[in-house]
Amino acid sequence: MTKSPPVLELSDVRYRWPGRASFELQVPHMALAQGERVLLLGESGSGKSTLLSLICGTIVTQSGDVRVAGTDISSLSSGKRDRFRAEQIGLIFQQFNLLPFASVQDNILLPLRFAPDRAKRVPIPAHEAERLCRDLGLDQDVMGARAGTLSVGQQQRVAAARALIGTPSLIVADEPTSSLDAATQVAFLDVLFEQSRSHSTTVLMVSHDARLADQFDRVIHMADIVKTRRDAA
Amino acid sequence: MILRLAIGSLIARALTVAMTILAIALSVMLFLGVEKVRTGAKASFADTISGTDLIVGARTGSVQLLLYSVFRIGNATNNMTWESYKDIAARDAVDWIVPISLGDSHRQFRVMGTTNAFFERYKYRSGQSLAVRDGAIMDDVFDATIGAKVAQTLGYSVGDPIVVAHGLASFSEHEDQPFRISGILEKTGTPVDRTVIVSLEAIEAIHVDWRSGAQIPGQSTPADVIRQMELQPQAITAALVGIKGRLQVFGLQRAINEYDEEPLLAILPGVALQELWQIVGIAETALIAVSGMVIVTALIGMMATMFSSLNERRREMAIFRAMGARPRVIFALLVLEAAVIAAIGALLGLVLLYLGLYVAQPLINSAFGLWISIDPPSLREVWVLAAVILAGAIVSMVPAIRAYRMSLADGMMVRI
Repeated sequence: MTKSPPVLELSDVRYRWPGRASFELQVPHMALAQGERVLLLGESGSGKSTLLSLICGTIVTQSGDVRVAGTDISSLSSGKRDRFRAEQIGLIFQQFNLLPFASVQDNILLPLRFAPDRAKRVPIPAHEAERLCRDLGLDQDVMGARAGTLSVGQQQRVAAARALIGTPSLIVADEPTSSLDAATQVAFLDVLFEQSRSHSTTVLMVSHDARLADQFDRVIHMADIVKTRRDAA
Repeated sequence: MILRLAIGSLIARALTVAMTILAIALSVMLFLGVEKVRTGAKASFADTISGTDLIVGARTGSVQLLLYSVFRIGNATNNMTWESYKDIAARDAVDWIVPISLGDSHRQFRVMGTTNAFFERYKYRSGQSLAVRDGAIMDDVFDATIGAKVAQTLGYSVGDPIVVAHGLASFSEHEDQPFRISGILEKTGTPVDRTVIVSLEAIEAIHVDWRSGAQIPGQSTPADVIRQMELQPQAITAALVGIKGRLQVFGLQRAINEYDEEPLLAILPGVALQELWQIVGIAETALIAVSGMVIVTALIGMMATMFSSLNERRREMAIFRAMGARPRVIFALLVLEAAVIAAIGALLGLVLLYLGLYVAQPLINSAFGLWISIDPPSLREVWVLAAVILAGAIVSMVPAIRAYRMSLADGMMVRI
């Protein structure tokens, strides 16, 4: 824990999927400070997806608090939660991050469409998208290309640019490197961290790959913070 | 940007989207085409006769009398006698009267016997008179004046001989009495275009050597002898009547309908036309309903395509959700998409309709004598297009609601 208030804080969270009584996720406490880069390690089925959905507010905890940038998101209406997610969180998925039919530029600018405050921080969106692409090592001429025509590595960089634009307070990455080869993995994390560092953005990355651990400030094991209960049905 | 993304998504599914658009376009074309033909036919019918107050013929149905006397559709079952004709002509209320004698044909065209007063009295398209394009109106017993369509189809010009056949579609041609074309009329867009007009005497003349529908063997009277003969017709098919004063129309109509000497019928062309519309109206309504159903089918097809695309588009919807789009944005996106498809389909349908009209107009005119004018879209047609787009948007709400639910349940995590 650092002095500034945590960007992400979960306490006493309990979540049970409706209709699936056998599975329950419990997070007694978990907190991420500003600028922290945290790797969340866990095997598949350990509740990672449920945890991410809780953090992003597409599902709401049944008890306890999920606070993002100081706001308890379970207190927001579902419409406000969607807006809040757009404003505060940049998301990168494992793969299929982009709308394949849309241009790279439209893909990068998409979250700004739903996040007016974040958009205000980007005076000239096209320039900012170009800058991010350049800094992430993408050629200038990909900007107008359809996202579906890009290689997987390029697509993940575009997804990173989309997560970074407008400097959200938290970047959540769900196994963003698992579809990349080892060399590209390292390069991808390097540029992602470089960009997040310049705005002291908090990064929460989920992975099952413990080899990435030394690139992060801190490693959290799912097993340490989460209790999942799987009753025999 | 959202519109651009929606269009981008549509382009990415170009083939299925194009099929859907085509289906909507064809249905819209069909619907508007039926409308065009319907109103065109009505206008064309209504334009065929004007200025005639009463049509008189042997007793039959009023629609039937109208059809055979004016439109040359069907045949008269009975004639009216020349005596009755003269009796009616002598009445005070009658301003003018033109006899018509039908029953013979030339190739596929009807031959009509009448007096020269016909050219003066027959009016079409709110008071327009017949005009001679070439030559002159018939002057002799063996002269014929032909309509523009007759001349065009058979390649006749003034001075050519023509042979009149007895009855319709008959092989017994009146070969011994050839006629000469004296004049060709201007195109009118009425059945006159498809009529060979001869004098009333001529109809008698070609039947001089005939009894009971067959030629008397060995008998053939020379034309010159026939010219000297008294060619008083025994009967005519119908008569067009003009009345001196508007108020006398009904009095005369009643008098003719109650005529003692023989059963006659007098009709007001406008009223008979209304009766005809009532009969045709049922078929019209059915036609409109069917073409309307075709549009509905096309829209349901669009709905089905949208439903089947929802699964493969879960990823797309999840990305929107992850980027902060509310489920109702997903809903709006699908409705917008359907509206775009319906709009393109409707406009394409309109374009196809005009292309089709442009191509088909001369064909329909020559085949059916029906002139469908190519006008800019009427307000009614614009409303039809708007209704199609609106209906497309409404129909798409069903898959859109499903997408809404799916995106609410899926959130941003979709495992495919």
